[in-house]
Amino acid sequence: MPAFNEMVSSEGNCRPGHEILQRWLNGTDPAILATRRAEAELLFRRIGITFAVYGEADAEERLIPFDIIPRILTRREWDTLSRGLEQRVKALNAFLNDIYDRAEILAAGRIPADLIYRNPYYRPEMARLKLPHQVYVMIAGIDVVRVDDNDFYVLEDNVRTPSGVSYMLENREVMMRLLPDLFSEHRIAPVENYPDELLATLRSVAPRSAPGEPTVVLLTPGPFNSAYYEHSFLADRLGIELVEGRDLLVRDGFVYMRTTEGPKRVDVIYRRLDDDFLDPLTFRPDSMLGVPGLIHAYRNGNVTLANAVGTGIADDKAVYSYVPEMVRFYLGEEPILKNVPTWRCREPDALGHVLDNIADLVVKEVSGSGGYGMLIGPAADAKTRSAFAEKIKANPENFIAQPTLALSTSPTFVDSGIAPRHVDLRPFVLTGADKVRIVPGGLTRVALREGSLIVNSSQGGGTKDTWVIDA
Amino acid sequence: MLSRTADSLFWLSRYVERADNTARIIDAASRLASMPIAYSGDSNEWESAIAACGAREAFFAKHPAATRETVIDFLAFAPENPSSIRRCFDVARANARAVRTALTVETWEVINSAWLDLKRYDSKRMDRPQLNSFLASVKEASLRFDGSAYRTMLRNDVYYFSRLGIFVERADNTARILDVKYHVLLPEPARVGGGLDYFQWTSILRSVSALTAYHWVYRDSVRPWLVADLLVLNEQLPRSLASCYRNITEYLDSLAQTYGKQGPSQRLARSMRTRLKNAEIKEIFQSGLHEFLESFTAENYKLGVAIADQYLT
Repeated sequence: MPAFNEMVSSEGNCRPGHEILQRWLNGTDPAILATRRAEAELLFRRIGITFAVYGEADAEERLIPFDIIPRILTRREWDTLSRGLEQRVKALNAFLNDIYDRAEILAAGRIPADLIYRNPYYRPEMARLKLPHQVYVMIAGIDVVRVDDNDFYVLEDNVRTPSGVSYMLENREVMMRLLPDLFSEHRIAPVENYPDELLATLRSVAPRSAPGEPTVVLLTPGPFNSAYYEHSFLADRLGIELVEGRDLLVRDGFVYMRTTEGPKRVDVIYRRLDDDFLDPLTFRPDSMLGVPGLIHAYRNGNVTLANAVGTGIADDKAVYSYVPEMVRFYLGEEPILKNVPTWRCREPDALGHVLDNIADLVVKEVSGSGGYGMLIGPAADAKTRSAFAEKIKANPENFIAQPTLALSTSPTFVDSGIAPRHVDLRPFVLTGADKVRIVPGGLTRVALREGSLIVNSSQGGGTKDTWVIDA
Repeated sequence: MLSRTADSLFWLSRYVERADNTARIIDAASRLASMPIAYSGDSNEWESAIAACGAREAFFAKHPAATRETVIDFLAFAPENPSSIRRCFDVARANARAVRTALTVETWEVINSAWLDLKRYDSKRMDRPQLNSFLASVKEASLRFDGSAYRTMLRNDVYYFSRLGIFVERADNTARILDVKYHVLLPEPARVGGGLDYFQWTSILRSVSALTAYHWVYRDSVRPWLVADLLVLNEQLPRSLASCYRNITEYLDSLAQTYGKQGPSQRLARSMRTRLKNAEIKEIFQSGLHEFLESFTAENYKLGVAIADQYLT
């Protein structure tokens, strides 16, 4: 079955929302597209000059390819998607609050207790800790794909430290400069307010003891981290300090940053640093990136970490398979977004099925991410598959398997002209103490190689601007 | 502002200034060393250059003798010399990168391109023209750094910290250059007027780019006590100790005003400045130029520590 084409239906008609785009593509000389693409690259170098700056000698190669053809979603599609995202994040937050407290979902037998308690991403430090506003996941970057007209599937929830939002913002800026005419012909929902929404979200979860105008900082591992550019970009846009662990200190249970005017109290830390490195006194003692005593201050309710400690458990791929169950259990609703059917190899029946059908499945490590530690059955040879099967048999709890999805395609400008390429979407969902905020759009990643389903930038993936339009 | 940001700004400027200073010292040494032996006497100009850079110990731990090749390599390129010109630009760029968003695009680009540019040189092929081109690009980098900061940066604490770095470093450098050569400035009647010393004096002036300035200020041939007067007490000369302290107090006062608070570094800087304003070069010679410079360097170091304690940590 051919993949779902977002611009052209299987009957060859133009799908809603894509009329102007299709006409424009048909009427535009590929040479002009090529020129625009070259201009886009130039703009990225200039606007995002720090892309090149922060890299080393190969910095120029490290620009992620940008496709100048936008990816379009209609307002109706977006509304469904965004309701689904909100529902999902609410369920995930309820789940995290629950398992670190009364664990009712485990008591009810909906999720096996050992999957949680024996999971390396379960943080006993968080047990019985009442978070000030009961929010664990302030920022989620949920990866969704579509396979047909109706359904969105969630691939991953990314509730630890999701990245990529700087591309969403810069892609939009470049598109507006590059194709102002195409832009003005559509009514495109803005994404430029993301930094404001993020700051409002972060302020809303400040400890109750914080002043009316709480101090928010962004904690980065430092310039050597691959996402450092995004960290400095966001700190700049939010108008907050970009701090490293050594800029913070804990005194009498409160967190301060070292400034030229003396120690200044910090109320909310938007941390882009993994749990393990946050506090050498609690987690990895060899961490040079963290702040000794931070977790003590955190447990005393004197500082908010966004996201909270311990959210990684929800990113576990076996736990992921229970998210629809969480939606039903905590919200009493049917999930709006679908999960990819998942076989948990920890269950004997599922294990048997996976081993019998390994040639048709994608097998992943439960804690893997970024395309590492996985087997794409259809693309692997027999030897690789049987070697992987042995790995699964040796440690079934460590694996899940899913069918390969035919990701939808979006028109993309490639060397041979305009051609459909597979895409996914990472919208960013912000959860504050007051409400959930979702900027319409997100980061569309596109697999530039023909037939490829892998959108990761490290493996030939590019990005597109994502337009939510009133059609 | 984060203390780390202020610290990076301060040291960014110090290292650019240090690189510039080292380039001038190499230049002066190279000039003097190419004089006929009768003029340069028995002093080893390359050894003086090492001393003026305060690197004697580290240098002789690695090299048995100070020759043109070993000194240029050590002062300009050696990775094991934390103040070699290349290392200065490495550190300057690392600091600039850490505070990238506090700098203007122009200022950042000066540092980044100088850093890239200097990679083209190494000590293997340092013939005279190559050396000149190398030293010229170092000096140009510091001029452009100053110029871009002057023209593009907001006049706020970011600017004040970066200026402070320049003047604290420069005061140290000028004092050290003088101290290495103080013996040729001493008024020993027997030696005054000899050709040898004349070249030594002008070389001091040259190493701080003040030879022309000297003639404008004194309208006289080069005399040792006037050289000392110019470099220590004359506020008009941008590299004099007096001028450095005039700037240091000014920028520290601006910081105190911004933050609404005075501290130990303001008090220390003011007392240094008063001392320099009230001093007479004759008295300095009477109580000992070397002793004066030694105590100045110690006080200047103390000021650096006071600034760090008050703002940078």
